[in-house]
Amino acid sequence: MCTYLTEKIEVTGSGKGSAGWFALSDATVYFDHPQHAQAEHTLNIDFLNPGKGPSARVAVELTAESARALARAIEATLEATPPGLI
Amino acid sequence: MKDGLTAGTISITGHGGDEIEAYLARPLDPASPFGSVVVIHHMPGYDAATKEITRKFAANGYAALMPNLYCRDAPGASPDDAAAAARAKGGVPDERLVGDVAGAAAHLRALDGANGKVGVIGYCSGGRQSFLAACSLQLEAAVDCYGACIVNPPPAGMPLKVQPIIDLAKALSCPLLGLFGADDQYPAPAETAEMAKELSALGKTHEFHTYDGAGHAFFAVNRPSYRVDAANDGWEKIWDFYGRYLAS
Repeated sequence: MCTYLTEKIEVTGSGKGSAGWFALSDATVYFDHPQHAQAEHTLNIDFLNPGKGPSARVAVELTAESARALARAIEATLEATPPGLI
Repeated sequence: MKDGLTAGTISITGHGGDEIEAYLARPLDPASPFGSVVVIHHMPGYDAATKEITRKFAANGYAALMPNLYCRDAPGASPDDAAAAARAKGGVPDERLVGDVAGAAAHLRALDGANGKVGVIGYCSGGRQSFLAACSLQLEAAVDCYGACIVNPPPAGMPLKVQPIIDLAKALSCPLLGLFGADDQYPAPAETAEMAKELSALGKTHEFHTYDGAGHAFFAVNRPSYRVDAANDGWEKIWDFYGRYLAS
């Protein structure tokens, strides 16, 4: 269904979109119909900078399984990073 | 049979007098005055797949017009970026939807060669919006393709900004065709059965078909939800329905 369920967070970093790199200010995470992925619903993440317009967006659409694996990989990577680098 | 058509994005007057973009497809050399259809796109927006659907109506003798419901949210952006921007704002307000469909219907009625009869069709979130439009505007035929949240509120915990609109059914201005999947959860068969019960109680002309082996978005040929048998039969139902209510 069209859930509109969205988690919004502020982020600091950069993303590479169709027009090259840009500074990120926000990210949204939601589970809904994908634009491109071959699944009825996917976990979608948009990395955004609304100040630069709606096209300042890096988008991914992942199956739920892939999204959970990504979340675990991110946590594992950060856990394994030597103290002092974070 | 003359099967030429022309299609492309134009500007129309939508809700509040706003100039909005819309995709118009129409027969090139119609043999007789033609009926028209307002196509309401699904949540992924003003995309190639829904433009293809719009052209399909023109190929079958109707003028069809799909307003870009997200153009205010992201002027000039690609359809997927616009859909993301619209989603971040909570979707399309009901009042604005009705105004944009009204503008599209007025544009279609004014086309040279139009017979003045206008129907509406919508998919997914557009299914609910098709019903909303038909309860808010004078139209000749409406098709709801698996629209949820007409009878039931959004599931608990989901901050949907839409609310049930079954209480508008008494104002339904035209016959309604509903096409649903038996495996769909939003709307589930129990919800569409409740909707049919309410329409029957009100004496509103309606035809509902629920396809076994199909879930949500079974018309979407570019998605794994596509179900060829349900979609083919659904299109036959649409041609029959619009043939009765929109043809001259």
